[in-house]
Amino acid sequence: MKTKPRPKGSKKLVELRLYVAGQTPKSVAAIANLKNICDGDFEEDYHIEVVDLLKNPALARDHQILAIPTLVRSLPVPICKIIGDLSDTERVVVGLDIRKATKGKKPTAKAQAVSGAR
Amino acid sequence: MPSRVKPSSAPRELLPLEKIRTGIPGFDEISEGGLPKGRTTIVCGGAGCGKTMLGMEFLVRGAQEFNEPGVLMAFEETPEDIARNVASLGFDIEALANQKKLFLDFISVEPREIQESGDYDLEGLFIRLQSAVEAVGAKRVMFDTLEALFSGFRNPGILRAEFRRLFRWLKDRGLTTVITAERGEGTLTRHGLEEYVSDCVILLDHRIKDQISARRLRIVKYRGTKHGADEYPFLIDERGMSILPLTSLQLQHTVSSERVSSGVPDLDEMLEGKGYFRGSSVLITGTAGSGKTTLAASFVDAACRRGERCLYIDFEESRDQVARNMSSVGIDLDQWAKKGLLTHEAWRPTQFGIEMHLLRIHKLIEKVKPQCVVIDPITNLLNGSSDKEVYSMLMRLLDFLKVSGITAVFVSLTSGGDNMEQTTVGISSLTDTWILLRDLELNGERNRCIYVLKSRGMAHSNQLREFVLTGHGIKLLPVYVGPGGVLTGSSRVTQESAERAEALQKQQEIERKQLDAARKRLTIQAQVTALQAELDAVEKEEKTLTREDKEREKQDEADRATLAKSRGSR
Repeated sequence: MKTKPRPKGSKKLVELRLYVAGQTPKSVAAIANLKNICDGDFEEDYHIEVVDLLKNPALARDHQILAIPTLVRSLPVPICKIIGDLSDTERVVVGLDIRKATKGKKPTAKAQAVSGAR
Repeated sequence: MPSRVKPSSAPRELLPLEKIRTGIPGFDEISEGGLPKGRTTIVCGGAGCGKTMLGMEFLVRGAQEFNEPGVLMAFEETPEDIARNVASLGFDIEALANQKKLFLDFISVEPREIQESGDYDLEGLFIRLQSAVEAVGAKRVMFDTLEALFSGFRNPGILRAEFRRLFRWLKDRGLTTVITAERGEGTLTRHGLEEYVSDCVILLDHRIKDQISARRLRIVKYRGTKHGADEYPFLIDERGMSILPLTSLQLQHTVSSERVSSGVPDLDEMLEGKGYFRGSSVLITGTAGSGKTTLAASFVDAACRRGERCLYIDFEESRDQVARNMSSVGIDLDQWAKKGLLTHEAWRPTQFGIEMHLLRIHKLIEKVKPQCVVIDPITNLLNGSSDKEVYSMLMRLLDFLKVSGITAVFVSLTSGGDNMEQTTVGISSLTDTWILLRDLELNGERNRCIYVLKSRGMAHSNQLREFVLTGHGIKLLPVYVGPGGVLTGSSRVTQESAERAEALQKQQEIERKQLDAARKRLTIQAQVTALQAELDAVEKEEKTLTREDKEREKQDEADRATLAKSRGSR
């Protein structure tokens, strides 16, 4: 389990939890993809937690995880889940509703950041 | 070459497929042992056909009866809902969970909140399953229903690959698994799950025929083993699911030579003086009001008197009604009910389809474990079913009763007329003893007659006997044969009185003759006495004469002496 805070002042907090099962190629890819996405030029504060279900299997039940990898955004509500290795960056961005938080910015710049992450 | 029956090519040394018992009454019989051990079985069917029920019973009974803990992976209902649903069947899921015999995992698949991005697998499901299996040491697993995943995940390719992996995973661990699946249009399951699981497929069906619901179960496929291939009716009631094995019975029952009383001593007399054979089936047919129920009740009464348990299944009258009616002929059924020897169950024949009746009777017999069973009347079962169905049901029931060694009495109503000796559903050939009750109409009255039409294995009476219902049950009356045949009713009474008059006359004549003889005797005696007296008198006279004669001789002698003396002296 590792945390990866990205302090950026008193901005809106986005809590993300990525569930993986050991160091499978899909898990590794998902971690890398998530890192890339979040390294983009966004304004929110991110709090990312990676949960290895092999080490803590009970969490799969408690958090209703089926697919691996699963990315869960627990804050802001409503909770949303993105499954897969997060290779479809745009979907992740839409799914996590990050675009809204970056309203002030130019959409083109953000789109570039996204494509860069790919 | 003419086609030949191919001999089984399976090598002898191969062990047959191992099965584990489900504990569901009837299922283990039709599947010849239960579900394939360590393999996956699909239970498919439409909504509300009892798929979850079958799976839950498999798990719960496994945990309770076979000490095989189970895991339930529920996709549709929460554990609380499931616990509530099966609580009505007497299954305490919570207690089993606390005893670590059952593990329930509710898997929520909410398509709304799931987005897909890139490649994924269902390792989470495997992790949950593994931890659940390890938590209780599970031997049995149930998925209800796996197909819910199709609504949650959009990539069917991934799902199919994962299903394949899942079934292999279960097989590798030797987990006996039941998965439920909705029935699809033209396919067994909507999503074609049967293509992954090909060991055992069970199809459940819930149909309505003539407004009566009927549940059926069929084993569509059971790889590597023989199994019943028919559609079997099943029932879900307060004790869970039970399936009726329909054709698994064969003519292999052992017979008893013990005899049991029919409850009517006079009828026993007609049956070699001993009654029915134990374990045989007796058919009582007769027209309306001919005393069929009374005869059946007499049998029950006698059985209870011997301390045997009886089951009386009534399709016509309620328990109280029968008890009241029978008390009028001196048969007190209530006392046996109170002692727990008699179980009287009455229900409407139209209440269920024919197999449901059979199943219910089966269940009752298993519960009550009676030595004697009465079904009154079987003809009412015809309502709403075809003759063929009734015949096959009765055949199964008869077989079942015979195998169980239960003496059974079936009451059948005949419509009268010419075909009195033809039972409505032709079951007479199935029964061992057939007693015919009929009304004889003569001289403006109807009288009841009883006749033993057949009774296998005994030299039964060939007589048609009249009987009456008395305050002490059924009494058979003596046979009177008149010029027009057997006399019954008032003809019999006339004959009886004629015979009585004749007897009286004979009696009087004898008495008169006796009197005459006595008189004659007296007369002769008197004559004898008179003659005796005469004899005595003659004897007396004779004696007197003799004495006189002697005296005279003496006198003569004396005279002569005196004379001689006198001469000599001269």
